[in-house]
Amino acid sequence: MNAVAIPTGETGGGTHRFPADKPLRLDSGALLSPLEIGYKTYGALNADKSNAVLVCHALTGDQHAASTHPTTGKPGWWERVIGPGLPLDPDRYFIISTNVVGGCMGSTGPGSLDPTTGKPYALSFPMITIADMVRAQAMLVEALGIETLFAVVGGSMGGMQVLQWAADYPERLYSAICIAAAARHSAQNIAFHEVGRQAIMADPDWRGGAYEVQGVRPEKGLAVARMAAHITYLSETALQRKFGRELQRDGLSWGFDADFQVESYLRHQGASFVDRFDANSYLYITRALDYFDLAGSHGGVLAQAFLRARAVRFCVLSFSSDWLYSTAESRDIVRALNAAGCRASFAEIETDKGHDAFFLDEPALDSALRGFLDSNAEKRGLA
Amino acid sequence: MSGPLRDDFREILRLVRPDARVLDVGCGEGELLEVLTREKNIDGQGLELSAEGVGACLARGLAVVQGDADRDLDHFPTKAFDYAILSKTLQQVRDPKHVLSELLRIAERAVVSVPNFGHWRVRMALITTGRMPETQALPEPWWSTPNIHLCTLRDFTSLCADLNLRIDSCVSLAPGKPPRQIDAAAPIENWRAETALFLLSRKAEPEPAPPAATKADLFS
Repeated sequence: MNAVAIPTGETGGGTHRFPADKPLRLDSGALLSPLEIGYKTYGALNADKSNAVLVCHALTGDQHAASTHPTTGKPGWWERVIGPGLPLDPDRYFIISTNVVGGCMGSTGPGSLDPTTGKPYALSFPMITIADMVRAQAMLVEALGIETLFAVVGGSMGGMQVLQWAADYPERLYSAICIAAAARHSAQNIAFHEVGRQAIMADPDWRGGAYEVQGVRPEKGLAVARMAAHITYLSETALQRKFGRELQRDGLSWGFDADFQVESYLRHQGASFVDRFDANSYLYITRALDYFDLAGSHGGVLAQAFLRARAVRFCVLSFSSDWLYSTAESRDIVRALNAAGCRASFAEIETDKGHDAFFLDEPALDSALRGFLDSNAEKRGLA
Repeated sequence: MSGPLRDDFREILRLVRPDARVLDVGCGEGELLEVLTREKNIDGQGLELSAEGVGACLARGLAVVQGDADRDLDHFPTKAFDYAILSKTLQQVRDPKHVLSELLRIAERAVVSVPNFGHWRVRMALITTGRMPETQALPEPWWSTPNIHLCTLRDFTSLCADLNLRIDSCVSLAPGKPPRQIDAAAPIENWRAETALFLLSRKAEPEPAPPAATKADLFS
């Protein structure tokens, strides 16, 4: 996890280690040092450094947005959008994707070594917030020598980071794209996360978070957390269409095997997730999401968060069948942007695929992204 | 854009000042905003209900919000725009009085066009057939028309008076005929005008509107 630091400005990415005199100031008041940020870049930064795009990942995503995942060997999570001829074309943009602070793919997180003890932080890792993630990204962007991002783009938790960018660093943004997100976590959102956390903590192998030093992993708990969460990413229609009441084998087992295909699917989702994700990171990041309330941190008025972002061009997109972060949540964001006098576009994309539509084949999403990005790139003078 | 401009668009293009901030309510695929941007260098924002329209606007690089006049105007701050445009749509909203009032809260001026139900053809159609008129301007039968709040020129001018709005300009539009400046209050025009396009402003200072922050409370 402690990879070699890559010199600033080099394309391709790696892990950027900040010097000890540049700690990350956390919302909790704690200082995180040394800070490392794992990141990937696609494309090249142009001469006037005006073509940088930051892509923010969702809860269980990472920096491998458009390249093969080193652990799973699977394609990057947004290869449908990032690539030659696609809306985010590396021939045109310098695309940066970072692993969030608190994550487990190269950025400092609960699995990193605590310099004061020489052991993994585990639960002594400080609580982090969405704003902390964004602050760390801003530090990396600055370290890469980029003053202004052409765009910051993200879905789900990535979309929340986009909103936080607009609130905290509007002068460093030309445009912002927020997909299938919300400006705060609802009671239902928090409730589902709590189920996941309790599943992890109920696993005897969690060991109060200190599983790593004891050579075990709370795989069962983390898998259950993933299974519960995965249901929220799909619409009822999509789940029914995909599985219905189809059985795995001929006939019922008259027991508790995975008789139904949907059970087998969820078990597979859980089992494959534990190979690539850290349980404590899951606890910390879900907590950061629960703590997210952009209006709450701006006097209870969401529009206040965007008052300084009037020069930023916003695009907010939602999916009609997303019940995790519904269209109503996106509308609230758009109304606040309007109330703040920001320039905002908003479209609800008709789909029955639920929250996960943002990773899936959704031509309407592609064309909305392409239209917004292309027209702004033209205004910005990007070839 | 190719082809001739819609007659109301040509008039709107004439009315709007260069470099203005413009909200086009019911902007469709963004044709008008595109022309205004190109010809008048406006800073435009569209509001459109249909997904196809919104997609087309995005592809044209226009700022567009998917939403409708009844529900979404309330969330724009006061005097956010120089012009709010509502072309051939007022008769389709649930609460035309509120929408009209909101247009002139969020913009200094409103450009509103309405089909005139007092036009002689409409009146004759009703008298002679005894059925809901279907005309060039109002082609659908009663059971499928989106026009749920039709009005005559007189109805409209009287609503403007109720809302303390000033009619700065009124043009009569008819397909194939040149636009004609008219006196909207003249009784004869309530027979002659097929569609009327108004430039409206507030007569006096509007009552102090609630601050943006209070509006925002609703959705924070």
